[in-house]
Amino acid sequence: MKKDIILAGVGGQGILTIATILGQAALSRGWQLKQAEVHGMSQRGGDVQSHLRLSDQEIHSDLITMGDADMILSVEPMEALRYLPYLHEDGWIITNSNPFKNIGNYPEEDQLFAEFKKIKNHVLFDADAIAKEIKATRSMNVVVLGAAIKHLGFSEAEIAQSIVATFVNKGDKIVQDNLRALKAGIETK
Amino acid sequence: MEKLMLLGDEALAQGALDAGISGFYGYPGTPSTEIIEYVQQSQQAIEHNVHRRWSSNEKTAMETALGMSFAGKRAMVTMKHVGLNVAADPFMNSAMTGAHGGILVAVADDPSMHSSQNEQDSRYYGHFAMMPILEPSNQQECYDMAFYGFELSEKYQIPVMIRLTTRLSHSRSGVQRREVLPQKEMKKLDDLFQFMLLPAIARKKYRKLIEMQKDFMAESLNSPFNLVQLDAKDYSKGIITTGLAYNYLREAFEGKEIPYPTIKVCQYPPPVEKIHQLYEKCDSLYFLEEGMPILEELAKGFGFKGQKPIHGRLDGTLDRDGELNPNKVTAALGLPKKYGKDIPEIVVPRPPALCVGCPHADSFIALNNAIEEYGRGHVFGDIGCYTLGFMPPYNAINSCVDMGASITMAKGAADSGLFPAIAVIGDSTFTHSGMTGLLDCIYDKSNVVVIILDNSTTAMTGGQDYTAFGKLEDICLGLGVEKEHIRSFFPFVKNHEEMTKIYKEEIAYEGVSVIIPRRECVQTMKKKFKAEAKK
Repeated sequence: MKKDIILAGVGGQGILTIATILGQAALSRGWQLKQAEVHGMSQRGGDVQSHLRLSDQEIHSDLITMGDADMILSVEPMEALRYLPYLHEDGWIITNSNPFKNIGNYPEEDQLFAEFKKIKNHVLFDADAIAKEIKATRSMNVVVLGAAIKHLGFSEAEIAQSIVATFVNKGDKIVQDNLRALKAGIETK
Repeated sequence: MEKLMLLGDEALAQGALDAGISGFYGYPGTPSTEIIEYVQQSQQAIEHNVHRRWSSNEKTAMETALGMSFAGKRAMVTMKHVGLNVAADPFMNSAMTGAHGGILVAVADDPSMHSSQNEQDSRYYGHFAMMPILEPSNQQECYDMAFYGFELSEKYQIPVMIRLTTRLSHSRSGVQRREVLPQKEMKKLDDLFQFMLLPAIARKKYRKLIEMQKDFMAESLNSPFNLVQLDAKDYSKGIITTGLAYNYLREAFEGKEIPYPTIKVCQYPPPVEKIHQLYEKCDSLYFLEEGMPILEELAKGFGFKGQKPIHGRLDGTLDRDGELNPNKVTAALGLPKKYGKDIPEIVVPRPPALCVGCPHADSFIALNNAIEEYGRGHVFGDIGCYTLGFMPPYNAINSCVDMGASITMAKGAADSGLFPAIAVIGDSTFTHSGMTGLLDCIYDKSNVVVIILDNSTTAMTGGQDYTAFGKLEDICLGLGVEKEHIRSFFPFVKNHEEMTKIYKEEIAYEGVSVIIPRRECVQTMKKKFKAEAKK
């Protein structure tokens, strides 16, 4: 069993937290993991991505082969599309639909959303709105993760356990916010 | 021992800690920064009082490590590839003096220039200095090579380079720890000629270094990190990989057996004898190197018999520039190409930008107002977050070359009659390489305005301390800048008018002016608030 996941977003949106949670869940299964991150200049509001590879076998490359990714998990819609060359034809795109506009020439939203219609397996939804609704605005990233886990073959219990482990040092409120965000994400259609 | 999930940088740091290191010295630089950052938060390092504070620059770091080695202890120097240019003088000569306590010079290269000005390959420096090089291909090797590297360094009394690249430095995986070794005791030097590079002694030392090359070669031929697989199914191709490239090769064959004879080089000098054997067996050679084609170039001097084709970055089989990836390697070997869908045309680039609320933004806006009448082409920039002042809407700086070049280039342009000539440099970069340039300006009474953007941190690399914190005015005064021409202000929207006025006044002054806009970086401030809230 192998899962190759491209995590995408804009610097500061919390994609590495998603990687930590998923990685922890994979490790609990006794799987191996490689996770390539972006540090440095791009983190300043630029496009960022992380290659997360989970497998019960030895993993060789730190980078995912284009055309092989099982999923693009994105917290920003345009950023999800940037990594299409990586996606396997049967792979899934799970993305927040709320744009992060820090550039002047950001595309029109209806044109952007039209691109997703061309992709067989996709979930495009406003994770920021859901996070706001459940009063956990900072946990938008975990809402997106929630929408993804069934396509990755992880159970709610596994990810919940991993969320507790990840946030335990940050206090109970943050743990509870993220557990609610996970549930809300899972319930997304 | 437990297994840890570590970045390549962190695995190297943990390896060195477990191997009994006494001090880390370095200057932040992507992708090397996380080595020392990891050590700074390590309880093990704190308990054992391992040196872990930042140095002023890579040169001072390299020299300090050499001093620690002189005193018999194990030390590591960390830097990014271009940092080695700064440290080149002590680095080259450290191969001549050799080491007493083991020294590892950890240099992280940035092929594809994710966060750099060039993609120079540090292996050329190691080769140039005639020093052994270790190039890990995964996180576990980063850890293991710290132990191995210190042993090698002490066995031959020679510093050893550890060459990392971005994709290993910044990729996380499981690392198995070993038993922890104690630090070395301080031990005075027996051979008081060792670190004396007077010509008469240096000549002898150089001959010794040349003599040791055959030992380094013998070590490479027997290295546990140089994997040699000469028997295979198909001899039409022979493959030589270095460092990370081996993983991409394995990936290209989806983890199954590689059908071609293969040599994985992770210790240099390269095992030439094995490469000869590979050449003899195969119809053609393929060099897969992460970085520049150094082995491919060196191979021309290996004295291969015959004219078998050699493929790699030099003949265009692989791109001449940029980092490798599984797809590039797949294509180079003629395997079926894989690719998802094209990126839709409506997707536009999202370059990095100054953060919302960044003090530099205010400094640039007021500067643009102050120099509007002169047109563009007057502002020399430097290396840091403020390099992003080049981007719209600021379009505020016109050069970015190397650490400290803003001040000296402004001086050279002022010497040529350019007016105004303005340098924009960060507080940490000024500490690293700006002070000597400013002294040149003062010595010549050059007509320059030097703006030292003080956000009280090394921001670009994530907010590290720097050595001149809180001392900028004193340093400028001490170097000889006149007190009334050292100005400071709080860069903020409300103050733009006053800031513009100060810029204009100092541009009008014929001589050296220093202006210090001072407001803390919004990122480090956020971190502090978070830490406070947690308490």
